[in-house]
Amino acid sequence: MKQKLLLLGDEAVALAAINSGIAGVYAYPGTPSTEITEFIQGNKVARENGVHSKWCTNEKTAMEAALGVSYVGRRAIVCMKHVGMNVAADAFVNSGITGANGGVLVVAADDPSMHSSQNEQDSRFYGKFAFIPVLEPSNQQEAYDMTRFGLELSEKMRTPVLMRITTRMAHSRAVVEVDDEVEKHENIKFPDWPWVLLPAISKKRYVEVLANYDKLEEMADTSIYNKYFDGPDHSMGIIACGIAYNYLMENMKEGCNHPILKISQYPFPKALIRKMADECESILVLEEGQPFLEEYLRGILDEGKKIMGRITGEVPRTGELNADYIKPALGLGEIPSEAIPSVVVNRPPALCQGCGHRDVYTALNKVLEEYPNHRVFSDIGCYTLGALPPFRAINSCVDMGASITMAKGAADAGLFPSVAVIGDSTFTHSGITGLLDAANSNANVTIVISDNLTTGMTGGQDSAGTGKLEQICEAVGVAKEHIRVVVPLAKNLPEIENVIREEIEYRGVSVIIPRRECIQTYSRKARLKKAEASK
Amino acid sequence: MKKDIILAGVGGQGILSIATIIGEAALHQGLKIKQAEVHGMSQRGGDVQSNLRISSDPILSDLIPLKGADIIISLEPMEALRYMPYLAPDGWIVTNSVPFVNIPDYPELDNVIAELSKVKNLVMLDVDTIAKDCGNARAANMVLLGAASPFLGMDAKNIEDGIERIFGRKGADIVELNIKALRAGRAVAENK
Repeated sequence: MKQKLLLLGDEAVALAAINSGIAGVYAYPGTPSTEITEFIQGNKVARENGVHSKWCTNEKTAMEAALGVSYVGRRAIVCMKHVGMNVAADAFVNSGITGANGGVLVVAADDPSMHSSQNEQDSRFYGKFAFIPVLEPSNQQEAYDMTRFGLELSEKMRTPVLMRITTRMAHSRAVVEVDDEVEKHENIKFPDWPWVLLPAISKKRYVEVLANYDKLEEMADTSIYNKYFDGPDHSMGIIACGIAYNYLMENMKEGCNHPILKISQYPFPKALIRKMADECESILVLEEGQPFLEEYLRGILDEGKKIMGRITGEVPRTGELNADYIKPALGLGEIPSEAIPSVVVNRPPALCQGCGHRDVYTALNKVLEEYPNHRVFSDIGCYTLGALPPFRAINSCVDMGASITMAKGAADAGLFPSVAVIGDSTFTHSGITGLLDAANSNANVTIVISDNLTTGMTGGQDSAGTGKLEQICEAVGVAKEHIRVVVPLAKNLPEIENVIREEIEYRGVSVIIPRRECIQTYSRKARLKKAEASK
Repeated sequence: MKKDIILAGVGGQGILSIATIIGEAALHQGLKIKQAEVHGMSQRGGDVQSNLRISSDPILSDLIPLKGADIIISLEPMEALRYMPYLAPDGWIVTNSVPFVNIPDYPELDNVIAELSKVKNLVMLDVDTIAKDCGNARAANMVLLGAASPFLGMDAKNIEDGIERIFGRKGADIVELNIKALRAGRAVAENK
């Protein structure tokens, strides 16, 4: 039986994974991937089937846990935003060598245009790098179908599979036809090939993996997800990857005169691309994210067929695509230009009214006025908004955990005071090892772990370190008397300022933990409580 | 039938509740739908928008093209203007007249209203006051939806049924309150 549901792309992936009989979803929250795991957490069938869905500490632990599931012969999906792939990369790239036993689908949600991210890296490069096939659905129905297909492909070809989605796929709803039955995959079955990546074994496995990749290349040429549509006008052929296909067809409602190759499964379908090159005088490449295919087609010498795309400028070099931005490349005139009325001003996101991070920055700014040479290294989370007015309180934000380690490096190089600001969830994600480095070399740093008891930026998911932060800091070697807990409220500002001043003056590692629940999760709980009471 | 709708507002105002009702009504009418939402960093008091596309034909792009929106529904007057490049030449703007001021450089309200008044097809109303008069300040979104409802290409009854299905489990009085707010908004648009 099939039924039709209105689902986000993320939810389509989640439901397909449940219906494919996964043993678990392993993930760390990150826009635009978060809703996949949240959907599974809230799904009745998943609960009844005992599908693991608790948040992981970071993307690397998530990827590794999924590999463990795969090792014993069961299915798992791993979900993360694109930059999470960097964290998971050690496990992901080496999983290309171990291969997969039970199906493993890694879902990377890219964020071109950086709606909520620090870069627009394209996860397809990781697939190529690790010799892992990549799926790139073009709509929500394909997101559902290809999740199911991906887990099967993983088992059939004994390799993890990467699914790349982007913001507009992840966070857009459409009607999806779904199955209402769950496959059973409950038997433990160990792999019959070695997973011990000692050099002697890896050398053999690498050869096998390369041979397997050749087969995957052949499969891409005949995949139902890679389609060649002929057209009468061979002056130009158009290759559209993933959701770029939608933007192309939005402009081609009356039908397209040019041949089109729609690509949703990688490695590249070489024979289909060759066919287009043989039949057409030029090729236009439309792809969301970085010019991944275009660079391969062009190569360094770029002396063959005329190729148009992001590199040559027919399509914008940066940012996400839409139906308008590809009009000039299709010969459909210029991008319509109408200015936003000049009366409209920017409305940047801001820390919520009543948020504890506000009190932290108010106190920190006040104290640091006394130290003209100070620098504040911050991290990824709501508190990054402390960079904007009225606070202008931080000097850096690079990647998860970089606040503590950069503060240590700067202190090593002679900066004083060297301050780090990191959130509780980011601290457990990637800050603990940096704190150990700082403690081991007794770096002269002051670290603020602004603890709102949740993963706030992504909507309030459980935070791995809740209730354990002081113990963690002490255990990695921070002196107990220099782990200071305060409550970030306006009435406590004088006390907080004193604590900050004292700990800056302490020559060694000190940790200040301002702790107050996120105003969003607090209000949500209060509303639920009120609703419960009125029942 | 095709309606491309941009919903606009400030993070936290709840534009998605409007999208949910329109989507429910559209599905019930057998229409296709695509709805691109904004999640993550942009929600924190910043400008937010959602692209809602409903059509009797298959919908390709999740995003509405420039000059393609049939209607902009905004919970905030300046935010309505932010999406002017997307408004079709004969498109409608239906907007709340009450500003949401959470930035230091919010423009003079008179200038915002003057700019809006240049729009050919405009419905501007104080949804907050109308909602309060209906007995629930939190139904402001339904007032705005009501004011937009004549331009959505759907029966008023269909939208009211959508409200009933969505709010049904919260009780009959909540449904009634929201429908009252919806009708009050619709009356403003119809008497324009």
